[in-house]
Amino acid sequence: MAKVEGKTSERAAPLGQRAVLLALVLLAAAATIAFMTLGARGRWDLVLAFRGPKLGALILVGLAIAVSTVLFQTVTENRILTPAIMGFDSLYVLIQSAIVFLIGTQGFAAIDPRFMFAAQAAVMVAFSALLYAGLFATGRRNLHLLVLAGVVMGGFFRSLSTFIQRVIDPNEFSFLQNRFFASFNSIDTDLLAVGAVAVIAASAVALRMARVLDVLALGRERAICLGVDHRRAVSRILVLVAVLVSVSTALTGPVTFFGLLVANLAHVVTGSSRHRVLLPAASLLAIVFLVGGQTIVERVFAFETNLRVIVDFVGGIVFLAMLLRGKT
Amino acid sequence: MIEARNLTKRYRDEVVVNDVSLRLPAGGITAIIGPNGAGKSTFLSMIGRLLPMSAGSATVDGLDVTRTASDVLARRIAVLRQDNHLSSRLTVRDLVTFGRYPHSKGRPTAADLAHVERAIGYMNLERQADRFLDELSGGQRQRAFVAMVLCQDTDYVLLDEPLNNLDMPHAVAMMRQLRRAADELGKTIVLVLHDVNFASCYADHIVAMREGAVAFQGSPEQVIRPEVMEAIYGIAMEVQIIGGRRIAIYYA
Repeated sequence: MAKVEGKTSERAAPLGQRAVLLALVLLAAAATIAFMTLGARGRWDLVLAFRGPKLGALILVGLAIAVSTVLFQTVTENRILTPAIMGFDSLYVLIQSAIVFLIGTQGFAAIDPRFMFAAQAAVMVAFSALLYAGLFATGRRNLHLLVLAGVVMGGFFRSLSTFIQRVIDPNEFSFLQNRFFASFNSIDTDLLAVGAVAVIAASAVALRMARVLDVLALGRERAICLGVDHRRAVSRILVLVAVLVSVSTALTGPVTFFGLLVANLAHVVTGSSRHRVLLPAASLLAIVFLVGGQTIVERVFAFETNLRVIVDFVGGIVFLAMLLRGKT
Repeated sequence: MIEARNLTKRYRDEVVVNDVSLRLPAGGITAIIGPNGAGKSTFLSMIGRLLPMSAGSATVDGLDVTRTASDVLARRIAVLRQDNHLSSRLTVRDLVTFGRYPHSKGRPTAADLAHVERAIGYMNLERQADRFLDELSGGQRQRAFVAMVLCQDTDYVLLDEPLNNLDMPHAVAMMRQLRRAADELGKTIVLVLHDVNFASCYADHIVAMREGAVAFQGSPEQVIRPEVMEAIYGIAMEVQIIGGRRIAIYYA
């Protein structure tokens, strides 16, 4: 009986969820303030000009990864697959490498970054359409097969990118390297503006679809039974995912297991399946981890470690643990 | 009225439902019986638009299920499949509230919430209403899903083996509630049953399928007969009339 009562008290959920969200907002604010002020010497306008874009990029990337992962996990009805694990990020790197290979950095620089971004996002959307066919058309779905397919695709895209990067001119290689390996220390401000618009728009659409997402999480057949046009809703969501992944990868390069970490943590800390709660919670968690983590890396380790390495290490362990437990 | 015209489902060269044409009148309970692999669930799923058909068509009140907007159909027909696996963690009340989605689009009004409580009461789940589904027994979970489908409050309700996981008292209670829903609320209920005696005692109309086709159909008096049972299931059954009900005996 004791167990039953314990569980029913969990029902005081809406209040508890609000408290959790509020705590996350405070944590995110604290991380932001620490990031901007710790060790800041000299004139504020300089500090702001130096740290501001970086902070913006961290927040955007956190938002993009968190929202895209929650969306992806809802439409695929599982908690293990993420866009990054399915090779979305690697594909983006491949597209960029291929463009540099074909038209060179000068050609690359000559094209309006907004147009370039749109074109790349379009390729990503096409890929997600293919993925959709693979996920849903076959009817029966085997999680391990999908994980394997993702790993293979990711590996294939990465090897192809590496191959292209070997073949191209060293200057062009360093251009690409700056884009994908410099992570949070050199931010392209042009891209930041385009990215901000794309991420905020995509997140707003996702939040507006929160109730449909709740129904989609019940599974394909139940969603159809409740009158959701499943194919259309899922296609629309995969487009959002493609846009969000494009932004986060363009800004910082691929971070494989981060999305997995924040999306699952959001489920745990809120104890909710409602997307109106899950989406903000995952986004705030991502911001706390990225901004707070980067502050620690910069101030405590004095830039000597890379945040991405730490994040992927922790996230990778969670991924393995979930895979071993066979949780879907 | 539900009408199927030349309904066919094929997987590569295996035909699961073969050219079925059938009219199910509005009102009452129709039971679909037949051995495993007869195509009962597939047939039900195609009528419920959960599975695309290879050929043929199905209409509900004259609405073609593949062409009519899904949200329009969701206010007329509710479907429950056998699988009750769920990846999100929900309480019984959360789940049943989803049944109002076709009407409220996720913003339940006071009237919707009254429907939810009624459906929970109908399935005797008041005490479990705030518990999470993964803490319930198989039978309680099954009833929660049926409550969600009833909460959708549609004229047509399709249930694929609703007695799955239920013990005898709950199976009987479920059939009584469905009978009440048909009699008092004028619902049309179509359900797949494995126990022919439940079909015999509660259904108005029985459709017997075998190898993807309708082998027999009619009232319990017409279908629950030794020769029909043997033709469908391939085993000898004795049919006795006990208390005015036709009971098939197939245990020995």
